[in-house]
Amino acid sequence: MQVLLFGKLCDVAGWRSRTIDPATTSLNALRALLAAEDPVLAEALEGPGISAVVNRELVRGDRPLTPGDEVAFLPPMSGG
Amino acid sequence: MITLTDQPFDPGAALTAFSAGRTETGAVASFLGLARGEAGAATALELEAYPDFTAAEIGKFVEAAMTRFGLHDARVIHRVGAVAPGEAIVLVLTAAAHRREAFEACDYLMDYLKSRAPLWKKEHGPDGARWIEPTARDVADAKRWE
Repeated sequence: MQVLLFGKLCDVAGWRSRTIDPATTSLNALRALLAAEDPVLAEALEGPGISAVVNRELVRGDRPLTPGDEVAFLPPMSGG
Repeated sequence: MITLTDQPFDPGAALTAFSAGRTETGAVASFLGLARGEAGAATALELEAYPDFTAAEIGKFVEAAMTRFGLHDARVIHRVGAVAPGEAIVLVLTAAAHRREAFEACDYLMDYLKSRAPLWKKEHGPDGARWIEPTARDVADAKRWE
Protein backbone atom coordinates (compact mmCIF):
# COMPACT_ATOMS: atom_id res chain seq x y z
CA MET A 1 0.00 0.00 0.00
CA GLN A 2 0.99 3.58 -0.54
CA VAL A 3 1.60 5.86 2.45
CA LEU A 4 1.72 9.63 2.01
CA LEU A 5 2.85 12.33 4.43
CA PHE A 6 2.05 16.03 4.14
CA GLY A 7 3.30 19.30 5.59
CA LYS A 8 5.59 19.10 8.60
CA LEU A 9 5.25 15.30 8.75
CA CYS A 10 7.31 15.09 5.51
CA ASP A 11 10.04 17.22 7.05
CA VAL A 12 10.07 15.09 10.21
CA ALA A 13 10.20 11.76 8.39
CA GLY A 14 12.38 12.81 5.46
CA TRP A 15 9.99 11.19 2.97
CA ARG A 16 6.74 12.06 1.29
CA SER A 17 5.57 8.80 -0.21
CA ARG A 18 6.41 5.16 0.50
CA THR A 19 5.21 1.70 -0.39
CA ILE A 20 4.61 -0.35 2.73
CA ASP A 21 4.43 -4.10 3.32
CA PRO A 22 0.95 -5.13 2.12
CA ALA A 23 0.60 -7.44 5.15
CA THR A 24 -0.26 -4.36 7.26
CA THR A 25 -3.94 -5.03 7.89
CA SER A 26 -5.12 -2.05 9.89
CA LEU A 27 -4.49 1.66 10.34
CA ASN A 28 -3.29 1.10 13.89
CA ALA A 29 -0.90 -1.63 12.70
CA LEU A 30 0.46 0.80 10.11
CA ARG A 31 0.90 3.50 12.78
CA ALA A 32 2.77 0.97 14.94
CA LEU A 33 4.99 -0.09 12.04
CA LEU A 34 5.94 3.51 11.20
CA ALA A 35 6.47 4.31 14.89
CA ALA A 36 8.79 1.31 15.39
CA GLU A 37 10.98 2.50 12.51
CA ASP A 38 11.14 6.16 13.42
CA PRO A 39 10.52 7.41 16.97
CA VAL A 40 10.52 11.06 15.87
CA LEU A 41 7.80 10.40 13.31
CA ALA A 42 5.98 8.34 15.96
CA GLU A 43 5.84 11.37 18.25
CA ALA A 44 4.73 13.63 15.40
CA LEU A 45 1.92 11.23 14.43
CA GLU A 46 0.64 11.27 18.00
CA GLY A 47 0.59 15.06 18.14
CA PRO A 48 -2.58 17.14 18.28
CA GLY A 49 -4.61 17.59 15.15
CA ILE A 50 -3.13 14.74 13.08
CA SER A 51 -5.71 13.26 10.69
CA ALA A 52 -5.64 10.00 8.75
CA VAL A 53 -7.13 9.61 5.29
CA VAL A 54 -7.70 6.25 3.61
CA ASN A 55 -8.50 6.23 -0.09
CA ARG A 56 -9.26 9.98 0.07
CA GLU A 57 -11.67 9.69 3.02
CA LEU A 58 -11.03 11.02 6.51
CA VAL A 59 -10.94 8.23 9.09
CA ARG A 60 -11.35 8.52 12.84
CA GLY A 61 -9.66 5.85 14.96
CA ASP A 62 -8.79 2.51 13.42
CA ARG A 63 -9.98 0.71 10.31
CA PRO A 64 -8.94 -2.35 8.29
CA LEU A 65 -6.58 -1.86 5.37
CA THR A 66 -6.13 -3.84 2.17
CA PRO A 67 -2.99 -4.00 0.00
CA GLY A 68 -4.17 -1.50 -2.64
CA ASP A 69 -5.11 1.22 -0.14
CA GLU A 70 -3.68 4.74 -0.15
CA VAL A 71 -3.14 6.05 3.37
CA ALA A 72 -2.24 9.66 4.12
CA PHE A 73 -1.36 11.31 7.42
CA LEU A 74 -2.18 15.01 7.59
CA PRO A 75 -0.90 17.56 10.11
CA PRO A 76 -3.09 20.48 11.24
CA MET A 77 -4.47 22.19 8.16
CA SER A 78 -4.22 25.86 7.33
CA GLY A 79 -5.11 27.54 4.08
CA GLY A 80 -6.14 31.08 3.22
CA MET B 1 -16.48 25.87 -8.58
CA ILE B 2 -13.17 25.22 -6.88
CA THR B 3 -9.84 25.91 -8.52
CA LEU B 4 -6.41 25.13 -7.11
CA THR B 5 -3.71 26.78 -9.19
CA ASP B 6 0.06 27.13 -9.03
CA GLN B 7 -0.13 30.30 -11.15
CA PRO B 8 -1.03 33.89 -10.14
CA PHE B 9 -4.67 34.68 -10.93
CA ASP B 10 -6.60 37.85 -11.72
CA PRO B 11 -9.19 38.43 -8.95
CA GLY B 12 -10.94 41.19 -10.90
CA ALA B 13 -11.45 38.97 -13.93
CA ALA B 14 -12.78 36.20 -11.66
CA LEU B 15 -15.25 38.60 -10.00
CA THR B 16 -16.44 39.92 -13.38
CA ALA B 17 -16.93 36.40 -14.76
CA PHE B 18 -18.69 35.23 -11.58
CA SER B 19 -21.09 38.19 -11.58
CA ALA B 20 -21.93 38.06 -15.29
CA GLY B 21 -25.46 37.22 -16.39
CA ARG B 22 -27.03 37.15 -12.93
CA THR B 23 -30.45 38.73 -13.03
CA GLU B 24 -31.74 37.39 -9.69
CA THR B 25 -28.58 37.68 -7.58
CA GLY B 26 -28.75 40.90 -5.60
CA ALA B 27 -25.44 40.43 -3.79
CA VAL B 28 -21.98 39.12 -4.57
CA ALA B 29 -19.54 39.18 -1.65
CA SER B 30 -15.83 38.61 -2.07
CA PHE B 31 -12.82 37.99 0.10
CA LEU B 32 -9.33 38.26 -1.32
CA GLY B 33 -6.40 37.04 0.78
CA LEU B 34 -2.89 38.32 0.01
CA ALA B 35 0.47 36.94 1.11
CA ARG B 36 2.05 39.21 3.74
CA GLY B 37 5.74 40.06 3.64
CA GLU B 38 5.93 40.48 7.44
CA ALA B 39 8.39 43.37 7.02
CA GLY B 40 10.95 41.18 5.26
CA ALA B 41 10.56 38.18 7.58
CA ALA B 42 8.59 36.28 4.94
CA THR B 43 10.14 36.07 1.50
CA ALA B 44 7.74 33.43 0.15
CA LEU B 45 4.89 31.19 1.15
CA GLU B 46 4.71 27.62 -0.02
CA LEU B 47 1.32 25.94 -0.08
CA GLU B 48 0.98 22.20 -0.26
CA ALA B 49 -2.23 20.37 -1.20
CA TYR B 50 -3.24 16.72 -1.42
CA PRO B 51 -4.15 16.44 -5.10
CA ASP B 52 -7.87 15.74 -5.69
CA PHE B 53 -8.59 15.28 -1.98
CA THR B 54 -8.07 18.97 -1.19
CA ALA B 55 -10.42 20.19 -3.93
CA ALA B 56 -13.02 17.55 -3.03
CA GLU B 57 -12.95 18.50 0.68
CA ILE B 58 -13.25 22.22 -0.08
CA GLY B 59 -16.11 21.30 -2.41
CA LYS B 60 -17.98 19.64 0.47
CA PHE B 61 -17.79 22.84 2.51
CA VAL B 62 -18.86 24.94 -0.45
CA GLU B 63 -21.90 22.66 -0.83
CA ALA B 64 -22.63 23.05 2.88
CA ALA B 65 -22.41 26.84 2.54
CA MET B 66 -24.70 26.79 -0.50
CA THR B 67 -27.38 25.02 1.54
CA ARG B 68 -26.86 26.82 4.83
CA PHE B 69 -26.98 30.32 3.38
CA GLY B 70 -29.22 29.66 0.40
CA LEU B 71 -26.57 30.79 -2.05
CA HIS B 72 -27.08 31.04 -5.77
CA ASP B 73 -23.44 30.18 -6.40
CA ALA B 74 -19.96 30.16 -4.86
CA ARG B 75 -16.42 30.21 -6.22
CA VAL B 76 -13.10 29.46 -4.51
CA ILE B 77 -9.71 30.01 -6.11
CA HIS B 78 -6.74 28.95 -3.97
CA ARG B 79 -3.07 29.07 -4.81
CA VAL B 80 -0.78 26.11 -4.27
CA GLY B 81 3.01 26.05 -4.62
CA ALA B 82 5.14 29.16 -4.16
CA VAL B 83 3.41 32.50 -3.50
CA ALA B 84 5.32 35.80 -3.29
CA PRO B 85 4.42 38.61 -0.84
CA GLY B 86 1.66 40.77 -2.27
CA GLU B 87 0.26 38.02 -4.47
CA ALA B 88 -3.30 36.77 -4.05
CA ILE B 89 -3.49 33.45 -2.20
CA VAL B 90 -7.21 32.96 -2.00
CA LEU B 91 -10.39 34.38 -3.50
CA VAL B 92 -13.84 33.47 -2.20
CA LEU B 93 -16.93 34.70 -4.06
CA THR B 94 -20.50 34.12 -2.94
CA ALA B 95 -23.73 35.03 -4.70
CA ALA B 96 -27.09 35.37 -2.95
CA ALA B 97 -30.36 37.22 -3.30
CA HIS B 98 -29.41 39.60 -0.47
CA ARG B 99 -26.18 40.86 1.05
CA ARG B 100 -26.38 39.30 4.54
CA GLU B 101 -26.31 35.73 3.22
CA ALA B 102 -23.53 36.55 0.78
CA PHE B 103 -21.35 38.20 3.49
CA GLU B 104 -21.92 35.44 6.02
CA ALA B 105 -21.23 32.64 3.56
CA CYS B 106 -17.98 34.33 2.53
CA ASP B 107 -16.95 34.65 6.19
CA TYR B 108 -17.92 31.02 6.88
CA LEU B 109 -15.92 29.72 3.93
CA MET B 110 -12.83 31.72 4.90
CA ASP B 111 -13.02 30.48 8.50
CA TYR B 112 -13.16 26.95 7.15
CA LEU B 113 -10.27 27.45 4.73
CA LYS B 114 -8.09 28.93 7.48
CA SER B 115 -8.36 26.01 9.88
CA ARG B 116 -9.88 22.95 8.20
CA ALA B 117 -9.12 22.81 4.49
CA PRO B 118 -6.42 20.25 3.63
CA LEU B 119 -3.72 22.77 2.82
CA TRP B 120 -0.35 23.25 4.51
CA LYS B 121 1.48 26.53 4.51
CA LYS B 122 5.20 27.03 4.96
CA GLU B 123 6.67 30.48 5.39
CA HIS B 124 10.19 30.99 4.04
CA GLY B 125 12.33 33.83 5.35
CA PRO B 126 15.92 34.91 5.94
CA ASP B 127 16.00 32.82 9.13
CA GLY B 128 14.75 29.62 7.52
CA ALA B 129 11.33 28.11 7.05
CA ARG B 130 8.44 27.34 9.39
CA TRP B 131 5.10 25.61 9.05
CA ILE B 132 2.13 27.82 9.86
CA GLU B 133 -0.66 26.21 11.83
CA PRO B 134 -4.08 27.66 12.63
CA THR B 135 -3.94 30.24 15.42
CA ALA B 136 -6.23 30.15 18.47
CA ARG B 137 -8.14 32.96 16.79
CA ASP B 138 -8.58 30.89 13.60
CA VAL B 139 -9.92 27.95 15.62
CA ALA B 140 -12.28 30.18 17.63
CA ASP B 141 -13.50 31.84 14.42
CA ALA B 142 -14.35 28.46 12.87
CA LYS B 143 -16.19 27.38 16.05
CA ARG B 144 -18.61 30.30 15.68
CA TRP B 145 -20.43 28.36 12.96
CA GLU B 146 -20.99 25.15 14.94
